[in-house]
Amino acid sequence: MLKDFIRSSRAKSPWIIHFDCGSCNGCDIETLACLTPLYDVERFGIVNVGNPKHADVLLVTGTVNHRNKHVLKNLYDQMPSPKAVVAIGACGLTGGVFREAYNVLGGVDKVLPVDVYVPGCPPKPEAIIDGVVLALKKFAEKQQAAG
Amino acid sequence: MARTIIPFGPQHPVLPEPLHLKLVLEDEIVQEALPAVGYVHRGLEKLTEIRDFNQMVQIVERVCGICSMIHAQCYCQGLEEMLGITAPPRARYLRTIWSELHRMHSHLLWLGLFADGMGFESQFMQCWKIRERIMDVNEATTGNRVIVSVNVVGGVRRDLNDGQLRWIGSILDQVEAELKALKKPLIDDYTVKKRTVGKGVLTAEQVYELGAAGPTLRASGVAQDMRMTRYAAFDELVFTPVVETEGDCHARLKVRYRELLASIDIVRAAMRALPEGELAVAVKDKPAGEIVTRVEQPRGELLYYLKASGKKNLDRVRIRTPTFANIPPLLAMLPGVELADVPVVVLSIDPCISCTER
Repeated sequence: MLKDFIRSSRAKSPWIIHFDCGSCNGCDIETLACLTPLYDVERFGIVNVGNPKHADVLLVTGTVNHRNKHVLKNLYDQMPSPKAVVAIGACGLTGGVFREAYNVLGGVDKVLPVDVYVPGCPPKPEAIIDGVVLALKKFAEKQQAAG
Repeated sequence: MARTIIPFGPQHPVLPEPLHLKLVLEDEIVQEALPAVGYVHRGLEKLTEIRDFNQMVQIVERVCGICSMIHAQCYCQGLEEMLGITAPPRARYLRTIWSELHRMHSHLLWLGLFADGMGFESQFMQCWKIRERIMDVNEATTGNRVIVSVNVVGGVRRDLNDGQLRWIGSILDQVEAELKALKKPLIDDYTVKKRTVGKGVLTAEQVYELGAAGPTLRASGVAQDMRMTRYAAFDELVFTPVVETEGDCHARLKVRYRELLASIDIVRAAMRALPEGELAVAVKDKPAGEIVTRVEQPRGELLYYLKASGKKNLDRVRIRTPTFANIPPLLAMLPGVELADVPVVVLSIDPCISCTER
């Protein structure tokens, strides 16, 4: 019974962790704006946590480079499965305007399996919330598959 | 007691960005802080080899999403000086209005993060609620909330009509009233003072020698603000830098709070004096020469060095950002601080790692 309770709680009240890979802060402040009174994702039970071991959904903004890809992989590996990854912003998708810069490897999907892509430079908070909601569907599917 | 090394970052709840500090502790007191950067480095300056000087405006805007407008303004001002053209008066005033709006949203963002850094979460929510009004103005007048992209070499791309100016005026009145209401629960609050007064103190000589910039410098009593160099519309507008003398975290909080109110007055004055006329002048030549140009970003002095030799690509773009200048003062502030106060002291310089590493 406890297992069922944890299972439904994780999908109904997901805890998210946000990591800024190599973003210009534009997407980060829009992600943070989702938590604040105008958008207030907490009404959906979404809580922002600082510890990857508590998190269900990973939000990544910005490009991946040679140095932070280890940090990103490390964060992802510490999260309990099932887990979902949302890539936010043009940089997180493909590298954006920085794709030709020498220290940019490209989008987040070069390192992690990404479930949802949120385009925009930067995407509006509404788009980010929509991305998280889509990620929750994928999350529930993964839970089903894991049994 | 043996020394312990505690890693702070790169992923830390109070930091929206990856900054890594190795804190050498004895008991709970920081003895030394060793910074490690490079998590956000992209190599933007080198992109000038493949993007021409007009396209670089969009690149430099993305050096930092929080003060994107001011980066582009600095770059365009430099190129205009190099090309021997001047932006029309209306463009210079519009740049001033948008850059001050950016300063306001950046300072409000910081006030919120700072309150969150000391565990004052309701104030974080309040500040970000006020900030959304400024974001609405950005979105309604430029089409985007964060990266507004109004600058071009030679002027600006967008105009403000009378209706918009009146509306911005009414928003500013609301923001001003809400900010004044914040003074008691944020600036004069007993608990906030307990967390900030006397923490991370630097004297005027120290900040000057360490080369600090912006509110970190002005909070220690040095009246230096790049807006005193009278760029954009500041040659006609009245401007006095905001200075506090204590040099601790509380003084930095007060400087930013008072700058917010000062920015409201600057925007109002610029809107009243907004001249009629063209928005941009045409650019016909290719830039050639070397130039250094400076503006005041929310975090301090922003410096661009541009070098060109008559081609469509610039030879070199060098950006020195205020957080880069503020890291040595930060490392001087940290020794002697308790571990629990480290987030407050780190946030007090308003670190923007994305700017620093580019």
